[in-house]
Amino acid sequence: MKTQLNSAPTSLSAADAKAARSKWLRKLYSQRHIQIMALLGVVWMIIFNYVPMYGVIIAFKEFNIVKSISEAPWVGFMHFKEFFQDDSFMDVMRNTLGISLIKLAIGFPLPIIFALFLNEVRSVGFKKAIQTISYLPHFLSWVILGGILTTWLADVGVINNLLLALKFIKEPISYLAEPSYFWSIIITSDIWKELGWSAIIYLAAIASVSPEMYEAATIDGAGRFQKMWYVTLPSIKSTISILFILAVSGVLNSNFDQILVLRNSLNESASNVIDIYVYQTGMQQGRYSYSTAVGLFKSVIALILLLIANRVTKKMNDTSLF
Amino acid sequence: MFSIKRKTKGEALFDLFNNFGMLAICFATLYPIWYVLVNAFNEGQDGMRGGIYWWPRVFSFESFDAVFQSSGIMTAMGITVAKTLLGTVLHVFFTAMVAYAFSRRGLIGGKIYILFGTVTLFFGGGLIPTYLLMKDLHLLDNFLVYIIPAMFSFFDLIIFMTFFRDIPDGLEEAARIDGANDWLIFIKVILPVSMPVIATIALFHGVYQWNDYFAGVIYMNNMDLQPVQTYLYRVVAQSSSSQMLAAIPGGIGKSVTTQSIKLATMVVTTLPIVLAYPFLQKYFVKGMMIGSIKG
Repeated sequence: MKTQLNSAPTSLSAADAKAARSKWLRKLYSQRHIQIMALLGVVWMIIFNYVPMYGVIIAFKEFNIVKSISEAPWVGFMHFKEFFQDDSFMDVMRNTLGISLIKLAIGFPLPIIFALFLNEVRSVGFKKAIQTISYLPHFLSWVILGGILTTWLADVGVINNLLLALKFIKEPISYLAEPSYFWSIIITSDIWKELGWSAIIYLAAIASVSPEMYEAATIDGAGRFQKMWYVTLPSIKSTISILFILAVSGVLNSNFDQILVLRNSLNESASNVIDIYVYQTGMQQGRYSYSTAVGLFKSVIALILLLIANRVTKKMNDTSLF
Repeated sequence: MFSIKRKTKGEALFDLFNNFGMLAICFATLYPIWYVLVNAFNEGQDGMRGGIYWWPRVFSFESFDAVFQSSGIMTAMGITVAKTLLGTVLHVFFTAMVAYAFSRRGLIGGKIYILFGTVTLFFGGGLIPTYLLMKDLHLLDNFLVYIIPAMFSFFDLIIFMTFFRDIPDGLEEAARIDGANDWLIFIKVILPVSMPVIATIALFHGVYQWNDYFAGVIYMNNMDLQPVQTYLYRVVAQSSSSQMLAAIPGGIGKSVTTQSIKLATMVVTTLPIVLAYPFLQKYFVKGMMIGSIKG
């Protein structure tokens, strides 16, 4: 190269750097088309992911819709304190954690049990059919499910008619107007919708268990339940762990889409969860900064939960997300 | 498994109960959907009395007539179809394109790009900052709010990348020797061999676009631009029967009720998914696997 020929031996390293740079530039030029593709994605992420992330700072400001974010005055943790002292705080936390923990306690193990028993079905065709049917509700919108539920739970709906016929109740009950029924409705309908779908990953994990393990267990005289307990379950332990970590970190996500459809002013004391509260204070009352602070509080707790769950499962059985 | 022995009594009993339990689950899954279907096909006034469980008592197509004649519902249906088609095509093309670039070996800045994307999996702006962004971008009351903010997903990008990395290099090299540039290679070589993963992502995103009602709730004041799911949301959740009554066009028999129109709208809205479902299900199971292994 020209530069190398002209330069003195002392500046050899500088020449190397220059050569490296021109090599780098040539490489960059050769991949210019691919760089444009990549940068289009990066620009999209800056606008639609990173700009809202920056916008979170309004949680520490007194943001006003007529001014820009940077013009708004700083107020520190004022909105967080306000939330902790608000009358709704206890209700919101109780509903969020209550619904989520019950969902975790019932909704997490059920798909595992379903997968274990589905795996024991002998006929391949029957097994496939059950799978196909059980996935279906996952693809229905919560709006549709809300429509189904309001129809079922209406005063002349199936549930009331059935209970009246069996003489369990004397008068029809307006289930969605009674806070005491709300949690059960949410949890049951969520399980109905997601049972089959959540089982897919477990079924895949079970399918990869070596048949020799079962044969060995059979020779040792193990029955069906024993094989499930001593062979299948331990084999899918790491899958269960990973999904458990994800479930724990999502504990504060109390399924906004679902609750927004089913909540109303009568069941509010049982249906007001963090996400709904963020929506109401932000979109309906226009308290932008306050609402963002509540949302940020939620994200921080969720991140802490994720780290704790990751830690615990790592200690317990050497499986972790990161 | 080969079982030489005949089934023992306990085994047979287990199978019996297990199969019975599975049938019960299938019934519990399908019946609520069936119930809506038979009630939607029952005459509205008669349906108010309740008690229709297995088959319509007074068969009637009038509620569906009302739905198809209601300009409000049909406009909303058109919006849903448009946003599902356009949104899915753009999402798949754009996400696949970025994934193709990110998966290129020796891409300058590649590691930083991927780190940049990974952050978005864990952190987000939340409701209000996102809303304010849409406002600043003039996307409120704008059809494009369904499309552009949903055009890309880093999670889907990971699924695409996993697939692209397994494509043999020879395919690309051959095209490059023929003088094709990266755009041509992506469109003419990569996309055609990636149909399985494209079908999977298209299916997931299509279902998302079809089912989502929330974007319509927060970003749209203009009722002519709301998708049918948002329309239903306003009817179901806010019990806005006035909207439903307004939807009943004149000249329709009095037997139609707000409830029967609601059921008919639900059936019409869900039908495309249920009909497409059996054909598409092999793709989403496969997609779930790719997503769960790498995600």
